[in-house]
Amino acid sequence: MSIRSLILSGVLAATTALPAFAQTEIQWWHAMTGANNEVVDTLAKEFNDSQADYKIVPVFKGTYPETLNAGIAAFRAKQTPGIIQVFDVGTGVMMGAEGAVKPVAEVLEAAGETFDKSKYLPGIVAYYSKPDGTMLSFPYNSSSPILYYNKDIFEKAGLDTANPPKTWQEVFETARKIKQSGAADCGYTSTWLTWIHLENFAAWNNVPYGTEENGLAGTDVKLELNAPIYVEHFKELASLAKDGVFRYGGRTSEAKQLFLSGECAILTESSGGLGDVVKSGINYGIGQLPYDETAEGAPQNTIPGGASLWVFGGKSDEEYKGIGEFFKFLSQTDVQQRLHEKSGYLPVTEAAYEATKKSGFYEKNPGRETPITQMMGKEPTENSKGVRLPNLPQIRDIENEQFEALLAGKQDAQTTMDNIVRLGNEAIAEAQ
Amino acid sequence: MQKAVFPNKLLPYLLLAPQVAITLVFFYWPASQALYQSMLKEDPFGLKSKFVGLQNFAQVLGNPDYLNSVRVTVVFSVSTAVLAMALALFLATAAEKVVRGKGFYRTMLIWPYAVAPAVAGLLWLFMFNPSMGTFAYLLRDAGYRWNPLLDGDQAMLLVVVAAAWKQISYNFLFFVAALQSVPRSLIEAAAIDGASSTKRFWTIVFPLIAPTTFFLLVVNTVYAFFDTFGIIDAVTGGGPAQATQTLVYKVYNDGFVNLDLGGSAAQSVILMAIVIALTAIQFRYVEKRVHYA
Repeated sequence: MSIRSLILSGVLAATTALPAFAQTEIQWWHAMTGANNEVVDTLAKEFNDSQADYKIVPVFKGTYPETLNAGIAAFRAKQTPGIIQVFDVGTGVMMGAEGAVKPVAEVLEAAGETFDKSKYLPGIVAYYSKPDGTMLSFPYNSSSPILYYNKDIFEKAGLDTANPPKTWQEVFETARKIKQSGAADCGYTSTWLTWIHLENFAAWNNVPYGTEENGLAGTDVKLELNAPIYVEHFKELASLAKDGVFRYGGRTSEAKQLFLSGECAILTESSGGLGDVVKSGINYGIGQLPYDETAEGAPQNTIPGGASLWVFGGKSDEEYKGIGEFFKFLSQTDVQQRLHEKSGYLPVTEAAYEATKKSGFYEKNPGRETPITQMMGKEPTENSKGVRLPNLPQIRDIENEQFEALLAGKQDAQTTMDNIVRLGNEAIAEAQ
Repeated sequence: MQKAVFPNKLLPYLLLAPQVAITLVFFYWPASQALYQSMLKEDPFGLKSKFVGLQNFAQVLGNPDYLNSVRVTVVFSVSTAVLAMALALFLATAAEKVVRGKGFYRTMLIWPYAVAPAVAGLLWLFMFNPSMGTFAYLLRDAGYRWNPLLDGDQAMLLVVVAAAWKQISYNFLFFVAALQSVPRSLIEAAAIDGASSTKRFWTIVFPLIAPTTFFLLVVNTVYAFFDTFGIIDAVTGGGPAQATQTLVYKVYNDGFVNLDLGGSAAQSVILMAIVIALTAIQFRYVEKRVHYA
């Protein structure tokens, strides 16, 4: 035997022998930073320590859009990770990629778990499911928009600090009072106008965002955002902006800063922003998301934001079994409860929610239950299961651009909403 | 004339090979990919792909947003190049006149060049962001309605200043070198003839440094076109209402945020054509008027 073939056979033996005693490694691509990143690492470590067959390897891939792009590029290069975290607006993109992803319900079955929908919170599951009810992705971090208010400013303006405004009409009126009283320079601000003032506005007031159950029943969606209720809402918002009562902070969560610095008295923001509000040390209160008092049956229910975990197709049975085991681990009541209390994300299972209630956590931390009760209060209607479009990121871009033109006083509310519908419908048709 | 200086026929090609390989891999390969992609209509995952010929180009060119982006790019590039060059020339002539501590001033002025574009953008953002910027507060207190989040012109001003600020150092360096190469005797002769310092500058110094100015014009235009993505991304994200969405930013936004790969590729092909045309024009026409000493 020549030396070369000796080496070759040695290498061959080493590589073929390896899988026999190695764990199955599963990559988990995510977009979590700071404290949330630590949670990811802890969860992976706990899971890895709990068994010997599988190893979850978390990899930070940048912001939400960057992580989604990394996943798409990986799919094109046929180098996909096992699990990828995709933000809410990317849901439609992932669902359009039939064959590229494997429904989570099937993955759970691979791990010997029969998928039981009733164990999960309905509002969240509905958002991440196909029209026929199959759950496609695992809801990892879900949040919902709530109202924060500065109690010190309320007191200075002579307002009731125990009762935050409940409807948009009340919010606008209160904001004007605050500005007039001189208690604060700015009455009201909001993060994520598209998510809070359109997607959740539609669900919470039980009015359609678009046809086809806002895209959950089909992809051929026509937007219905120029209905009078939206136009009136934004007309009021623009008039507040003109008087300096409402201040625009930016397209994502920048406006939070205006609230934390004490410039603005009222803020609508994701429940996930609570950590920063607590840290800033201001005297704050929490209320539920305001609704429109002219809307019939409002408030309905809010829709989740945040992100979910997707599983790529084309993996081995062994890998799917491992991923299924990991999801089983994540669904455990004590894991979910801890995740919920530490990070402010909503619990995914009913059992975890009940356990948190029983532990007295909500009595000690008033307001922490608001994002859940908002979402769970009522059985979702066809207007309130969520918004799913094949190109929701692009639609949000169009909406933001139009809002900026409106708030700068360049066009009126009717034109703004008509433009959103026209440009949005063109973009949706193009993305089919 | 002696022939066959290199008897080895292969060696010249071998020596050229690395450069050719780099050009092929880093330019021709991606450029051909962009060309190919620009004629496809595809979903983000590449599961369904359809050849559509020039449809993507027709769509891009027929889109009013794209024409707006062209306008934004022209305004942005011209303003940035002019501002960066004018200020650099002013500082360079001023630094020439400094007698003591010349080296210190020059070093200080060159420093900003070491700052990455995205960091430069963030610096300016921290100063002028309406939510948290120090200068934004001062401006508002002074009664000026400073809000680049909604006012497109203010947003444009902010990115132009940030982009120009970063480029001043580079231009400064070249202008200082150019000024030093202007013969003292010419300036002294003009001074003896009674020409004022302004006149001396415009009639003697400025024409003599024209080659440098031309070179910088090319470099600055290319910079404003392509290297300012980081600044725009950090400061305005192309907003408000597309007021600062340059062509390069639009390629990124349509491709990587909106996931319209065909349209994005078509835009980058158009961009490629624009750059080739711009460079050709610059060298064909502008260069003729430049006086090389």
